Amino acid sequence: MSPTQKIFAGLVVAALAVPFVPGLIYPIFVMKVMCYGLFACAFNLLLGFTGLVSFAHAAFLGTAGYVTGALMIRFGAHPLGVPAAFAAGVAAAALVGFAIGGLAIRRRGIYFAMITLALSQIVYFLAVQFRWTGGEDGLQGIPRGSLLGLDLSSDTVMYYVALALFCAGFLFVERVVHSPFGQILQAVRDNEARATSLGYDAGRFQLLAFVLSAAVAGYAGALKALVFGLVSLNDVSLHTSTEVVLMTLLGGVGTLLGPLVGAALVVGLQNYLATIGDLVTVVIGLIFIVCVSFFRRGLVGEVLHWRRRRAERARPLPAREQPVVAKVA
Amino acid sequence: MSDITLQAFMAQLTVGLIGGCFYAMLSMGLAIIFGLLNIINFTHGAQFMMAAFLAWIGLTQVGPWLGQPDLQVNFWLALVLAPALVAAFGMAIERTLLRRLYHLDHLYGLLLTFGVALVMEGGFRYAFGVSGQGYEPPEILQGPVDVGFMLLPKYRVFVVVASLLICLATWYLFERTKLGAYLRAGTENPRLLQAFGINVPVMITLTYGFGVALAGIAGVLAAPIMQVTPLMGGSLLNIVFAVVVIGGLGSILGAMVTGLGLGLIEGLTKVIYPEASTVVVFVIMALALLVRPAGLFGREA
Repeated sequence: MSPTQKIFAGLVVAALAVPFVPGLIYPIFVMKVMCYGLFACAFNLLLGFTGLVSFAHAAFLGTAGYVTGALMIRFGAHPLGVPAAFAAGVAAAALVGFAIGGLAIRRRGIYFAMITLALSQIVYFLAVQFRWTGGEDGLQGIPRGSLLGLDLSSDTVMYYVALALFCAGFLFVERVVHSPFGQILQAVRDNEARATSLGYDAGRFQLLAFVLSAAVAGYAGALKALVFGLVSLNDVSLHTSTEVVLMTLLGGVGTLLGPLVGAALVVGLQNYLATIGDLVTVVIGLIFIVCVSFFRRGLVGEVLHWRRRRAERARPLPAREQPVVAKVA
Repeated sequence: MSDITLQAFMAQLTVGLIGGCFYAMLSMGLAIIFGLLNIINFTHGAQFMMAAFLAWIGLTQVGPWLGQPDLQVNFWLALVLAPALVAAFGMAIERTLLRRLYHLDHLYGLLLTFGVALVMEGGFRYAFGVSGQGYEPPEILQGPVDVGFMLLPKYRVFVVVASLLICLATWYLFERTKLGAYLRAGTENPRLLQAFGINVPVMITLTYGFGVALAGIAGVLAAPIMQVTPLMGGSLLNIVFAVVVIGGLGSILGAMVTGLGLGLIEGLTKVIYPEASTVVVFVIMALALLVRPAGLFGREA
């Protein structure tokens, strides 16, 4: 087991215990952290491991939420309602991801972010215009239905199902990062020209990563819709796209656990600061500035860096090679 | 076409033209900043908003604050002071924060300017709320003027003329003067330019200030037309980004022409299918990317 997996297993054990210790942490809060944590992991798959910055991720979270929610409202009572609605939500997010990514990938560098931002505005506009998304009201009162005979309307059952889905999502992202596919993505991120010269079609891999990231973001959005029973315009707004950038940056870009830590901090901060209203934006902006200016590695990244430095210092000096003495006969 | 629909048509076209003027001024500022600093200034919208707010504060708030209700900073003074203040603020940010990021991936500059925009917008929201504030245009520009085929508010004609003049002056400055030659040289090869004895760091700061000042002028001009709110810049900037993607950041003239053109198209959409007018620019951007991935004016950055 790698250190990351050990720490993750520890977190999961702690999360398993949460419903047994009432009053310490609200399970609802933990579920919110899990949803946003997955969302940030999806974003990090793109920013951290592919080197592309997207301002459209709320569009994927929201699309999946709307599709899952709308299907649950209509077919939620069906025994297969939950998996079907979930799958449809993820597929819709992947499709929107393919459309946005396919267009954005046509331009490089600085334009990429601007294109994703502009295209996500179209998704927002459609969410306002369509009738099935509920327009300004969004979708409310989405039933949780049941999964494999388990009634999800109980908060405790929902909690454990959400935890299981969260673990599956996180382990999937971890698997992708360490797979040959993930290695190619990182090679493209580090040096696109070199990866191309080795025969990899950089654009194709970037688009695949984009669609995959959109699908995982959709997975988080579908889970969020199911847990909280509502989807609003805020879920497809630029504001949410910004938050996920902040979570990833704060936790550590390109680390596996960083997005989870960042999501927990930002969600906690929002709960804690809910009373100060408009100043939350100021605080979030200041965190952005501090992160970018002073610790670009993020919290988890700093810890990893510190450990690596310590390991390097502790290692004995490389054994000196025996000087080659010309043998004189 | 009957007379009344022609009137409505022309009126919407004028609204579109004015929108286009703001797009042109803002995207020119973005292009200028990108050229030399190699960052996308996400603070542009907030700086636009800040200038509009400063003008409004000057007209309605400063007097009561100082206990002299008659004291007002009028429109003309604000047109100079507000952009200057916003530019000074921007240059302070450039000197203290942005400068430290030039050697890194442009992603960090983008995120930093984004954070600054959040702080500014949140701050103004906290101080003044989200409801729109009205701003009266100066007396000399109130009332209608006959432009031959229809009556238009004087102020709107003034905005179109003023912004076109500013755009042309900027173009002249950058493409036809010695200073402009230095700036373009700085875009191509800053180290070589520095070797010729030009203080490039100072030039970069001043260029940033100039680009921001353009946003500031646009903000003050917009104050009597749009509602002055903390959110006025952010939504406008989203559209300006699409404009910039279509026109490219490579040329000042390109930014100007695309901005004006898209404003007009947006005005036309308001006549034909009003609901879509908020997204028509984004849709055009998507189409342009399909047809001409490198942008209408070529040159990939």
